[in-house]
Amino acid sequence: MIRSVMVINTQGKPRLSKFYEFQPVEKQQELISSVHGVLSGRAENVSNFVDAESIFGPDTRLVYKHFATLYIVFVFDSSENELAMLDLIQVFVETLDKCFKNVCELDVVINYSKMHTVLDEIIFGGQVLETSSTEVMKAVEEISRLEAASNAISLVPKSVSAWRSR
Amino acid sequence: MSFAAFHVVELLSSTRFSHKKIAYHAAAHSFSDDTPVLVLITNQLRKDLTSTSELEVSLALECLSRIATVDLARDLTPEIFTLLGSGKVFVRKKAIGVLLRVFDKYPDAVRVCFKRLVENLESPDSQIVSVAVGVFCELALREPRSYLPLAPEFYKILVDSKNNWVLIKVLKIFAKLVPLEPRLAKRIVEPVCEHIRRTGAKSLLFECIRTVVTSLSGFESAVQVVVVKIREMLVDDDPNLKYLALQALSVVAPKHLWAVLENKEVVIKSLSDVDTNIKLESLRLVMAMLSENNVAEICRVLVNYALKSDPEFCNEILDSILSTCCSNVYEIIIDFDWYVSLLGEMARIPHCQKGEEIEKQLIDIGMRVKDVRPQLVRVSRDLLIDPALLGNPFLHRILSAAAWLSGQYVEFSINPFELMEALLQPRTILLAPFIRAIYVQSALKVLVFCLNSYLLQRGNTASSSTFDGLVLERDDPESSILASCDAPVHCIQDEGFNPRVLNQSFEGLSVEYDGEETATLGQTSALSSLKDGFTRESIINLLNRVELAVTPLTGSYDVEILERARNILCFIELIRQELLDSPVHKDESLESEEAQVSQIIKVMHDAFSSDLGPVSVSAQERVPVPDGLMLAENFEDLEKIFGDVQLPSLSSFSLGSPQYEERAGFSIPIHESKEEPAPSNESTSLLAEHRKQHGLYYLPSAKKEDNYPPANDPKLQVDTNDDDEDLVKLLVSKKKPCHAKPRPVVVKLDGDQAPIAANPRPKEDVLSGTVQNVLLGSDTNPTSSQSKVSTKSSSKRKGKEKLNVDSAKENLGDVEKHDLGNPRSRNSKHHSHTKGRRHGSPGKKGDEREENGQKVKQKSSPRHSKHKARQRTEVPLNVVAQTPVVPDFLL
Repeated sequence: MIRSVMVINTQGKPRLSKFYEFQPVEKQQELISSVHGVLSGRAENVSNFVDAESIFGPDTRLVYKHFATLYIVFVFDSSENELAMLDLIQVFVETLDKCFKNVCELDVVINYSKMHTVLDEIIFGGQVLETSSTEVMKAVEEISRLEAASNAISLVPKSVSAWRSR
Repeated sequence: MSFAAFHVVELLSSTRFSHKKIAYHAAAHSFSDDTPVLVLITNQLRKDLTSTSELEVSLALECLSRIATVDLARDLTPEIFTLLGSGKVFVRKKAIGVLLRVFDKYPDAVRVCFKRLVENLESPDSQIVSVAVGVFCELALREPRSYLPLAPEFYKILVDSKNNWVLIKVLKIFAKLVPLEPRLAKRIVEPVCEHIRRTGAKSLLFECIRTVVTSLSGFESAVQVVVVKIREMLVDDDPNLKYLALQALSVVAPKHLWAVLENKEVVIKSLSDVDTNIKLESLRLVMAMLSENNVAEICRVLVNYALKSDPEFCNEILDSILSTCCSNVYEIIIDFDWYVSLLGEMARIPHCQKGEEIEKQLIDIGMRVKDVRPQLVRVSRDLLIDPALLGNPFLHRILSAAAWLSGQYVEFSINPFELMEALLQPRTILLAPFIRAIYVQSALKVLVFCLNSYLLQRGNTASSSTFDGLVLERDDPESSILASCDAPVHCIQDEGFNPRVLNQSFEGLSVEYDGEETATLGQTSALSSLKDGFTRESIINLLNRVELAVTPLTGSYDVEILERARNILCFIELIRQELLDSPVHKDESLESEEAQVSQIIKVMHDAFSSDLGPVSVSAQERVPVPDGLMLAENFEDLEKIFGDVQLPSLSSFSLGSPQYEERAGFSIPIHESKEEPAPSNESTSLLAEHRKQHGLYYLPSAKKEDNYPPANDPKLQVDTNDDDEDLVKLLVSKKKPCHAKPRPVVVKLDGDQAPIAANPRPKEDVLSGTVQNVLLGSDTNPTSSQSKVSTKSSSKRKGKEKLNVDSAKENLGDVEKHDLGNPRSRNSKHHSHTKGRRHGSPGKKGDEREENGQKVKQKSSPRHSKHKARQRTEVPLNVVAQTPVVPDFLL
């Protein structure tokens, strides 16, 4: 299963992190910074795999991709295929690209919730749920629509309207 | 953010979707198994799971997949079961996904949901199949045996599916199943090869390759196809493919070395790749290629790489060379002279940080391989006389080994004077005290050797008086360091004819001294040719030199150095008088004093020259515990006090002691008193316990050999004679007849394998002992009941069941439509059921078997096997192992 998904910028600031096995916040920060430490030391055009066992324990692999200012990192175990995970990162980024039209780091910062929605449609509890970005987009749009609708129902709190009608 | 946990729970019940979404998001991220408010959300989750809005359901499922606890999983199983049959793909696939966590937390859910999960494998919708296969893949990785009966379904998917994701997962499942059921391999090898040929997706291709190399490596044709593909990947520009191909090769290496050899060039070229991953992987492969025929050639290449690569990788290379070469008592080394020189060369690589390992091997080889000792001494000498090496603290351990070796085997030394000079050079002050102590001790050994040789030589000349006129100039370039040796000594042969005169005027005596001749003779007759180099003058110079260098050490703060320095000084004091005075004395007094001195020196020499052999790791256990020795109780107390600290203290205790023990070596009584209280003397359970605790690190063999031989030596020898097949096994050189140079004898003890073979055993005993018992006890039952008991018998058996719950549960499995009736009441039953199971385990086992019997459809059997696997994790005593039944139509 997939253990963790991280989006870290080149300065080491986490932009999104998701651990599918519970980790306390301090541990998360520690893991993120050690991952960043390893990644920042790697040259361009080398392989996308990093030996993660020293960071995440036995039977873990790490695949990352570097886009502009962001590292997108997937950590997983032997039940996933390395190249497939690389493809999955591609799917994730493609979907974000469709969502935000030319995605950049700022989009990721501002649309925190939407990022998670997208990710949740792709990976569910550590398992790959959906691998087609069009399907993901469909679901995400539906969720966003419902979210917007539920926000629009009443802008005035119930207590206030009750008070008004008196 | 535990402070906000309660607010999250509050917000969960919000009617607005956006609020609810935020709350679920927060819960999924911040709740853990020990969040106290978790118990409050059960109802809210249930409400949302049964909600009409598929998005709300999906939120709840999503959250559950992250935070489900035992209680949540138990209470919500019915709702999840309902959702498994949902018509909406969007919901159903998430319901399938959540099962993984639910099964994990609440194994009994398997009884309820497993059938529907299996049905989903045959769903026409590829998304659902994909998720279901994913769940099975995860489950199968943990406990593959239980899923063997599902092989036909997986096989169908393997053949029919076009979805790469699904295929990858199915291949992973098969990779786990095939080792358990060899007949499966024959069936799947063809489809897998078909996929390799057809697919364009690299990920699927690689998965196929991995399946073949890990699980189907017995099929030569498949392996050949795969190796072709691996070669294509190796030369690919994509570093990812290259890396993975190297990985696959290293998996294939142990069984099909030819695959690696075919790609030798690419692999060696990858050593200089920019990517560390690729470098490490190819290093691993190069090591796999290592054999006795090419070890020299490959090590040469590797050392060259090590010289020019960065420090980290350099040490990685050295480490793998060292560990590969020493594996199984230097199995692949034929030419030890070469290997020892290689070790010496490694020490000179600037980034070398493997001092300890090299130290260990140098000493180990010294003790095991007699024939290589002259070369060892030569290498040690080269290391010792280079003052530059003293500046690198990583090399100090190597130097300590070199010092020890040259002291121990000084009889092979070309020029002991030079050695002495090296041991006492001023820069040794840079060494750690315990290493310096070894230096000092070695100096003593060298000194004793020189004196002894001198006396022998004098005795020879005195008695035989056959000193032919040998007038030779000394041209030994190596001796330039030693001033006393430098002074050319001229032979005056006249005295040679007259023993009496000879004795009285040593200054005049000179000897033929030819370094080269010594070198060639060195191995066999080093002693005889060497002793010619000792003149009275040189000996006195030597004594003065040693005294000068050692005297300051008596002010040392380290007791070990202090003590050893004092020993040397006292020894010099003892003999100097006689040696210096002797020429002046008259003949009669000379005789007696001479005898006294030579006796002292002879005793010392004998003490040092007794051969130290390696000691079996298990030798200590063979020493019988003396009567009345009550170590066990004391050590139990110690265990309490020190806990884990005990081991380090143990080893540090013995670290400095070898030399000391050696010195005590000539008095046997001291030996024994030294040996008895040795901490690991008791061969009782304590030792086993302790060893288990510290695993492989318990008394590393080299250390032990370093330390214990003096104490054990007499005993060991006796043992060897008594039962040599038991203790010592000699690797005779005729084993490898093809080599021009015969492999020297390597002393190998049965205990050498002990740390690997014996140590894991106790651990296994604890773990597998009980498991195996239960396994054997119940192995036959499930199979027979599964195949023989008919459906009809079930009604009969049901009557016997103690708990109604079980029958309710069976209904659940058999008649799905019926059981949806009252989920709530079932909940409570689940509850009571688990309790009942925990108490009445033996009866329960029987029940399960009966349940098994009721299923005739093969599909239902995994349900139970699954359940049993789960149950095993929960209540170990309840284990019911099932011999997997793979339906014959598959095979």
